[in-house]
Amino acid sequence: MMPFDPSALTLEMLTAVLGLGVLILGLIVPKGSRHGLGWLSLLGLLGITGVAVSMWGDSRELLNGMYLVDNYALFWKITFLLSAMLVILGCMRYVDEMGGQAEYYSTVIFATLGMMIMASAGDFITLYLGLELMTIAFIILVCFRKTDVKSVEAGIKYILLAGMSSAVLLYGLSLLYGLTGSVIMLEVSRVIAMQPVTPALILAVVMLVAGLGFKISAVPFHMWSPDVYEGAPTPVTSFLAMGSKAASFAILLRLFVAALPGVWENWTMVVAILAAITMIVGNLVAIPQTNVKRLLAYSSIAQAGYIMVGLVTASEAGIKGVMFYAFLYVFATVGAFTVAAYFYNVTGSDELKDYAGLSQRSPLMAAVMLVAMLSMAGIPPLAGFVGKFYLFKTIIDGYLWLAFIGLIMSMVSVYYYLRVALVMYRDEPVDPTPIKLPSPVAVTLIVAMVVTLVVGVYPGPLSEVVNNAAHSFFLH
Amino acid sequence: METSIYSVIAFYGLAITILGNATLVVFARNIVHSVLFLAVTFIAMGGLFLLLDADFLAAVQVLVYAGAVCIMVVFGIMLIQRADMKATNQFNRQIFAGGGLVALVVAMCAVFAGRTAWTELVAAQEVPAGTVQFIGELLLSKYVIPFEVAALLLLVALIGAIVIARDEEVKANAGD
Repeated sequence: MMPFDPSALTLEMLTAVLGLGVLILGLIVPKGSRHGLGWLSLLGLLGITGVAVSMWGDSRELLNGMYLVDNYALFWKITFLLSAMLVILGCMRYVDEMGGQAEYYSTVIFATLGMMIMASAGDFITLYLGLELMTIAFIILVCFRKTDVKSVEAGIKYILLAGMSSAVLLYGLSLLYGLTGSVIMLEVSRVIAMQPVTPALILAVVMLVAGLGFKISAVPFHMWSPDVYEGAPTPVTSFLAMGSKAASFAILLRLFVAALPGVWENWTMVVAILAAITMIVGNLVAIPQTNVKRLLAYSSIAQAGYIMVGLVTASEAGIKGVMFYAFLYVFATVGAFTVAAYFYNVTGSDELKDYAGLSQRSPLMAAVMLVAMLSMAGIPPLAGFVGKFYLFKTIIDGYLWLAFIGLIMSMVSVYYYLRVALVMYRDEPVDPTPIKLPSPVAVTLIVAMVVTLVVGVYPGPLSEVVNNAAHSFFLH
Repeated sequence: METSIYSVIAFYGLAITILGNATLVVFARNIVHSVLFLAVTFIAMGGLFLLLDADFLAAVQVLVYAGAVCIMVVFGIMLIQRADMKATNQFNRQIFAGGGLVALVVAMCAVFAGRTAWTELVAAQEVPAGTVQFIGELLLSKYVIPFEVAALLLLVALIGAIVIARDEEVKANAGD
């Protein structure tokens, strides 16, 4: 056994220290200066992201493969850190009005830590604990507005269904342990390669698909997400929609491609069908929605369907597609949800009809919403187009029908995205007072928009980084 | 590992106890009675661990589940305070649909698990006589990362409990 090298855990330790520091500082500083905690969290996460970037290329296995430090994990960690920073930057005002800054920011940081641990987990126990750290943190965040009935209801729904899906996932993992006698993924894959496919293994895979399908809100495991997304405080919704989903995809790939190679090939049809239903249901149900948060919730279900396309082949190209799309999806989501959060802050409404004439009240908000939505719909030259191109390219031979469904559903999604655009740009505002954006919100929106545009026009550098990360996935 | 007739008898006795009490948890009219049956279920589960020579796990099972968890549930019931205890464990019309679905899932699991040759797969190793010191060593060597993550998880859960249970002084300083 190799000696334990704690330096591989630098990022996780720094994040844990930051989370604890913010919590303790929140108790010490007077109430009036607590809004500074947001800036402190932001700076801390920025520093950690810097460290993460400097660790690029580092590839290690801790404790015989219990913890994997590679470019794949690092790419996800950077994605999570970026999304946490954007969420904090865009929503400080919202949090100041909600109160409880210290708990809020430290819980956000701990949720990020949970995601980072998930990305690096090389064994089932670490994976499960990372997942639970993230989920528990999210449950707290979802019911943070505890005087709001919707928020509390969302929290209860989330805790019950998350507990149930975690139980299903755990059954699957313990069956795998029973079959192979190991919890370490690399060993599990070695043992499974040597023995025939047993009925219990099929049962384990079914349970893993169901448990993780809940976390990525794939149809038919999606019922929770519209209610939870609508009830949760909007910044939390955006973090839930991107961070939690991206982290779940990270472990989905690890589990199925790294721990169950050979088995997974027999399951591609199931995943293809799940991806197809998810795209169809997500997009079709989004059409009649009149609440912007619900609309975005269904659209994010549809987005999960697109990302699942990359899991069908589970090749290096598929993994690359998943990572590329997840990265873009973070920026598009943060753009759309920050607009929704700030709009709620000003008007107290999430209804689509109240967005009438937003282009006259705040051109930047309307523009960012439009760019984010068109990117999610996959209109060139925005980033979503390139992402979908990478994803669907992997399934052209063999699963052409899935590519067609993806294409048709993207066109359907243009309909409801443009409906929002129409309301924002064509209709006259009821209340024409301009909405003044504070600079942190404006910065978040501009970052989200610029990244979505730049990556769409010039995807080369990001594509190379993702290639490198996807390649490192297979090196263990 | 040879199986003696006594352990087989003990296993079936415990299994019947667990299943019977678990069923009573669901069907009992009074929710306080449900908790008592739940405690019995947990203790019988501890017995199963003992049969597998996992003495530490058995102790934890009894202490944490039969002790702490059940008491917490009782506290929960007391705090919620229904006027009529009789109307606590209720069924609605979904019972047949739900029951049928669950029966189907259980049957499927049983078929799949039953058709697997477990004995050829599981490396049946003798469990050492005292497990506590080995568990302790493993927790701080091989499983140190999950161990630390679990500590953070508990901390976050604690913060969450306080945030949710705290009195509404939050709203008062929302503006500052």
